[in-house]
Amino acid sequence: MALVEVSGLKPFSEPSAQIFGTGQTHLVDRTNHYSFGTSVHEFAVPVGEEPSGFLTSCNKEGGVSIEMNHGTTTLAFKFRHGVIVAVDSRASAGRYLASNDVNKVIEINPYLLGTMSGSAADCLYWERLLAKECRLYRLRNNHRISVAAASKLLCNMMLGYKGMGLSVGSMICGWDKEGPGLYYVDENGTRLSGRMFSTGCGNGYAYGVVDSGYREDMTVEEAYELGRRGIAHATHRDAYSGGVVNSEYI
Amino acid sequence: FVSEMLSAQGFGGPGKMKEYHYAGAVENRFSPYAFNGGTVLAVAGEDFAIVASDTRLSEGYSIHSRDSPKCYKLTDTTVIGCSGFHGDCLTLTKIIDARLKMYKHSNNKTMTSGAIAAMLSTILYSRRFFPYYVYNIIGGLDEEGKGAVYSFDPVGSYQRDTYKAGGSASAMLQPLLDNQIGFKNMEGVQHLPLTQEKAVQLVKDVFISAAERDVYTGDALRVCVITKDGINEQTIPLRKD
Repeated sequence: MALVEVSGLKPFSEPSAQIFGTGQTHLVDRTNHYSFGTSVHEFAVPVGEEPSGFLTSCNKEGGVSIEMNHGTTTLAFKFRHGVIVAVDSRASAGRYLASNDVNKVIEINPYLLGTMSGSAADCLYWERLLAKECRLYRLRNNHRISVAAASKLLCNMMLGYKGMGLSVGSMICGWDKEGPGLYYVDENGTRLSGRMFSTGCGNGYAYGVVDSGYREDMTVEEAYELGRRGIAHATHRDAYSGGVVNSEYI
Repeated sequence: FVSEMLSAQGFGGPGKMKEYHYAGAVENRFSPYAFNGGTVLAVAGEDFAIVASDTRLSEGYSIHSRDSPKCYKLTDTTVIGCSGFHGDCLTLTKIIDARLKMYKHSNNKTMTSGAIAAMLSTILYSRRFFPYYVYNIIGGLDEEGKGAVYSFDPVGSYQRDTYKAGGSASAMLQPLLDNQIGFKNMEGVQHLPLTQEKAVQLVKDVFISAAERDVYTGDALRVCVITKDGINEQTIPLRKD
């Protein structure tokens, strides 16, 4: 059928090849860097090695120390007037603080935000890809994508690489036809809808603070303040969170 | 993987004499990476950007070369500094050069610094599971002519900064830059914008300090100053020991 050809689905190929429907994912030993902007997603994988443990085994040898940027506290909650998102701004690479002013909220469109926690590169890349898919959806279907659908897209991307050592803890927050939407998606393919989530290494501290101050009928200022306090307390106690608090309201 | 046989201590059972001996065979796996040292620094000013690197190439206790700078010119307004594993630095810069040419031929314009940074992020991420062991810092002028610095981790996470140090002495240099350029932890000090002369002098001083305390940094310093008039390169000697 013409539709099957256009979408590029191959009925009998492995599950990981059907994530996007617009192309296939390949795991190769050397990527072809010159086919940019195509629908084929290629990732280089070390030959004969198990990807998730590969880097830790390299790090023991001869001064080699490959550290990726990591660590956070982020929180988001729904209330009557919308969704509040609050994040810290620290990125650590091993024990070294790579940066204290990272922006961990990615604006997918004016009504959809994604937060980033876990590995910075993973979150940045997959959420940018999600933004591209959401834009394509909007262009093809002439209405904005729902929060549930966007979070499902991200969840399926994660499932395609399950077990390979990605680290993504993201909250997709937005406003769609059903009102405020909040979903938590992580690298195992967990996708949960809820009223309040907090992710990252400081999440326990944030949960305590926000749970004790939460009321469904807060005003917007009170909600901003609650989100800010949650992150502030988490950064106070968690070594890997810090910097400034960035808050957004949908 | 490193594999070791357990020694016979404690496994002989009660009454048997304990044996103390060398703990068996150790397997040394081939590592695809090596650490070649080097430090890179970039500073963005109002209408200029500086990218500086030392020129020492080392491995373990040896120095391979005293004249191997780590700044590579990409366009008339962008310079990249790459430190880490020299093999990956070379391949990465070749790939970036090729992609720049492709862009120029398809779009009839040169890539801007921000575009190069975004492209580098995807190039690095395509090797998420077998990374390029390179710490990159891009310095250049943005479309408005203001200085821009973009710093990366080995798998492509990046952000725009005002100043950044990367490489073996980065943990020593970054706090010094935080203090001198970011005015962090200083009280009662006027936040004057950085002039080009002061920035170049600061970069030289900072590298002299790094060469004192980091074994992998030294020999010479290559400074590239990027302004709207082009890229100006200087080489200043550093400690050779």
